[in-house]
Amino acid sequence: MSEFGLGRMTFGSLFKKPETLLYPLETKPAPEGLKGHIVIKVDDCILCGICERTCPCSAIKVSKPDRTWEINRFQCVQCGSCVRACPKKCLSMDPSYTSPSAQIYTDSFSIPEKEKPAKAEPNSLASETTLFAHQSPCQTAGRFPHEFIDESRRSR
Amino acid sequence: MSKATIIPFGPQHPVLPEPLHLDLVVEDETVVEAIPQIGFVHRGLEKLVETRDYNQFIYVAERICGICAFGHSLGYAETVESLMGVEVPKRAEYLRVIWHELSRVHSHLLWLGLAADAFGFESLFMHCWRLRERILDIFEKTTGGRVILSVVSVGGVNRDINASQMDEIIHTLEGIEHDYHEIMQVMLNDGSVKNRTVGVGYISHESALDLCMVGPFARASNVAYDVRMFGHGGYGELSDFQPLCATEGDCYARVKVRCEEVLQSIAIIKEMAAKIPAGDIAVPVKGSPAAGAEAANVLEQPRGECYYYARGNGTKYLDRMRMRTPTSQNLAGMVSVLEGCDLADVNMIILTIDPCISCTER
Ligand code: SF4
Ligand code: SF4
Repeated sequence: MSEFGLGRMTFGSLFKKPETLLYPLETKPAPEGLKGHIVIKVDDCILCGICERTCPCSAIKVSKPDRTWEINRFQCVQCGSCVRACPKKCLSMDPSYTSPSAQIYTDSFSIPEKEKPAKAEPNSLASETTLFAHQSPCQTAGRFPHEFIDESRRSR
Repeated sequence: MSKATIIPFGPQHPVLPEPLHLDLVVEDETVVEAIPQIGFVHRGLEKLVETRDYNQFIYVAERICGICAFGHSLGYAETVESLMGVEVPKRAEYLRVIWHELSRVHSHLLWLGLAADAFGFESLFMHCWRLRERILDIFEKTTGGRVILSVVSVGGVNRDINASQMDEIIHTLEGIEHDYHEIMQVMLNDGSVKNRTVGVGYISHESALDLCMVGPFARASNVAYDVRMFGHGGYGELSDFQPLCATEGDCYARVKVRCEEVLQSIAIIKEMAAKIPAGDIAVPVKGSPAAGAEAANVLEQPRGECYYYARGNGTKYLDRMRMRTPTSQNLAGMVSVLEGCDLADVNMIILTIDPCISCTER
């Protein structure tokens, strides 16, 4: 009686919890790791621009002079490349979707100036010259410090 | 002799969500010729390889088609890996097989639902899609996306599946299998379904070979060809793999092959989950493909063999990326099957071939 084979399952469905949700009254809990939207920890960002160069759809714009980090969420495809590429691990994927909007907009974050570290120990390279006072001697904001090239005490 | 009439079919048609247009030349109720036309969703994605680097192009590749999304990202990544001589960790290969087979289950369930909808069996359609939804929930939990997974990278995968998630996957699949057996019973034995499929749209084994058909369409005409049998990547770890074939060559055989492939895929996932080794899920990939380096790769997509070709030019942008998708292989077979069929059977025949026009046009 395969003609009625599906009947049992269909009839049984009448006594089961519905498979569907009464959205928007009911919503599904977002699983951990859902690709919702990108969030940034502004305090950790060093404006290196790696995320901008990694993004396949040019959704991120980093401006060092203005100290801003912008994302066009309508262009972002939630691939997570920027999260994996960020050297400071300041980007993450939040498991919630942004609310719908009738207008295309860009989310802009201003990146605060970094606090200068307290004065270093005497006799250290940094303490003797003001050149590297705000950074470690070999790195300045993720880029090679060109000022360091001509430094007389550099080992050659 | 009666007068020939041309009936346009598609690109928007209630039974076929794909933008395929056919000019059906009919005499009385019989189709004497079918002239296909494609090109409604061409997006030029292969050309984009010139402006996206080889890592970024993964996200373009997986947008070629929504249903084969994971397969395209996998096929592309494997091609670039062989172009650059990258060795992928074993665990990543297993994970790729698990997600790829889950994609096949979801694609076949979607197709079974559409076929049921085409012959007016609405409750069967609902049950197929109800089960498919559980596969999408697995994707959502393990990758963070339901359709576009963005989980493959050149050199491995981006996310791992932990032991508790793996147990949950197996548990969900066992639940699906239970209900699926009943659906399969109806698909294969119900009189009203068989009336629409048995003996309709026959194509012989010889014609299938001559027309270079691939995938379940060819296997339903007893062409024992399935790329998984070559044992690329994680498929090499399977204890046994035999392509599932049928001999009838009609719509019924095509339904049967796909129905059985769902169970085969579930068995593969279970085997992979039981055997998965611990270890890394990706290796760092540095450098660019060498100038003039070429690589080709084949992958069994839910609709059949998909061929990938890539050529490097010494930069991080590829010189050329080419895909030959299963549906473009199957169009010749589809036109041949349609010749001589009844007008009322056209939708059933096209659906059992399961064309994917987004893949074909890229
Ligand atoms: S990669 Fe990270 S640190 Fe660099 S600009 Fe982007 S968010 Fe800031
Ligand atoms: S998630 Fe992907 S698309 Fe979105 S901003 Fe990051 S890199 Fe760009």
